[in-house]
Amino acid sequence: MALKIIKSQCTVCGACEFECPNAAIKFKGDTYIIDPALCTECEGHYDAPQCAEVCPVPNTCVPA
Amino acid sequence: MGGTVISLDGLQIGTRDDLTKAMESKGCESSSCGSSDAPEDMDPATWEKVKDHPCYSEEAHHYFARMHVAVAPACNIQCNYCNRKYDCANESRPGVVSERLTPEMAARKVIAVANEIPQLSVLGIAGPGDSAYDWKKTKETFQRVAEQLPDIKLCLSTNGLALPDHVDDLLDMNIDHVTLTINMIDPEVGTKIYPWIFWDRKRRTGLEAATILHERQMQSLDMLHERGILVKVNSVMIPGINDKHLLEVNAEVKRRGAFLHNIMPLISAPEHGTHFGLTGQRGPNAAELKELQDACAGGANLMRHCRQCRADAVGLLGEDRGQEFTMDLVPDEVSYDPTKREAYRDWVAEERGERRAAAEAAKSETAGAVAEDAAAMLVAVATKGGGRINQHFGHANEFQIFEVDAEGVRFVTHRRCDNYCVGGYGEEDKLELVIRTLEGIDTILCAKIGDCPREDLEKAGITAIQDYAYEYIETAVSAVYRARMGLPAGIAASA
Repeated sequence: MALKIIKSQCTVCGACEFECPNAAIKFKGDTYIIDPALCTECEGHYDAPQCAEVCPVPNTCVPA
Repeated sequence: MGGTVISLDGLQIGTRDDLTKAMESKGCESSSCGSSDAPEDMDPATWEKVKDHPCYSEEAHHYFARMHVAVAPACNIQCNYCNRKYDCANESRPGVVSERLTPEMAARKVIAVANEIPQLSVLGIAGPGDSAYDWKKTKETFQRVAEQLPDIKLCLSTNGLALPDHVDDLLDMNIDHVTLTINMIDPEVGTKIYPWIFWDRKRRTGLEAATILHERQMQSLDMLHERGILVKVNSVMIPGINDKHLLEVNAEVKRRGAFLHNIMPLISAPEHGTHFGLTGQRGPNAAELKELQDACAGGANLMRHCRQCRADAVGLLGEDRGQEFTMDLVPDEVSYDPTKREAYRDWVAEERGERRAAAEAAKSETAGAVAEDAAAMLVAVATKGGGRINQHFGHANEFQIFEVDAEGVRFVTHRRCDNYCVGGYGEEDKLELVIRTLEGIDTILCAKIGDCPREDLEKAGITAIQDYAYEYIETAVSAVYRARMGLPAGIAASA
């Protein structure tokens, strides 16, 4: 279980990167990507995935 | 100054006098919120802080330039007037930016600009997201710049939600100017402006979101004021949503010690892709904005010279030289050369003293000659800065508007004719746009104007005069007014 970022919608603001409790999000090339090996969908940390909570564009951080 | 206040989108709010009276009862009580433009209006310590800051002193904005670096793209709230995907190099409005920078790139860019633009006195971080939420990048940028340019003023602009966590850092870095965007003090109003905020690990909506945001904004204002940091409050005027409410916002932020209140018009169009743009929410027109500003003007504490600049603007307010300093044009290594900025500061110190003396002389000459109840007159000026009439009419993308009556000459506002992408318009279309922009203006003063535009302006009822080229604005406006009142212009040329 992990989330992914829909590249075409991403504004590259980076809010998800520093909200991620697992340091699973990194800027690579020209966009942010989620490392599925590190992503826990924030289970055990918070009620909801932080990247999706803070992302300014709807439906951009979604289940992989 | 009587005059009926224009109906604000269905809200009938009586006369300006009524509103001014209403404001006086709860408005500014102390000198702490005076903004005005001259040293005699504020205590010496405050004047020292603002005298070189174009956004905090109307007088300073004739001489000094600011730059914004877009290092803070992340934001913790959503506003209905903002669309984070939008970008256009020809567009000028807050939150818009063409190039995002790392703190290291930003510091290099600031040095390169300081070497080229001696007027540079302020570095601001205003997003394009929220500078206090994206704090690590904001802080690193300030630290890098301060190492090389210790005399530059640092300031930031924020929605206030995250700011209380970083106030100690602000003090450590000698940041003494902060802008808070406060659009409401009633969370019910806030629900129509903010669809959500991200707070304490959760996205929050509705009244809960607006209430938290409001409380944190008030906490930010109080903390900054307690620590002697000057606060400018920006409010976006949204007709039908918070226009009348901004009178209450004005009173409350004054009460809490805000130094300046800057009421800006909503910029809204469908092509911006914002919620307000898509739902057809309109912005206020120039008359509505001025009426609200005048109604709030109990204590000379309104900022009227704001240009709503981009998050990567460079230059004097109203000019944007950002395109000359894109990262591909900034050298990999730059070192700061202070000679130009130091020479410029010496010149300004002398020049602004002379200008003030000339303005005083013009004022007393007019006051002695014109009847006290003579009608006021609005004059537009084409200027490139320095407080002089020094721009060709055809080169002006905006005009400074001055009001003159027996009491003297007052700066009122700027009017721009390039707010939106105007690509594709021919010259004639531009002149029409300028004439629309100058609605209600009696006379325009410029360094030079061609016969054709002068005749077209004449047809529209606007007199264009180039006889006062390169003179001080106040002196020339006074002379024009005296001539209009049938008195000898008697201008003592000071240029």
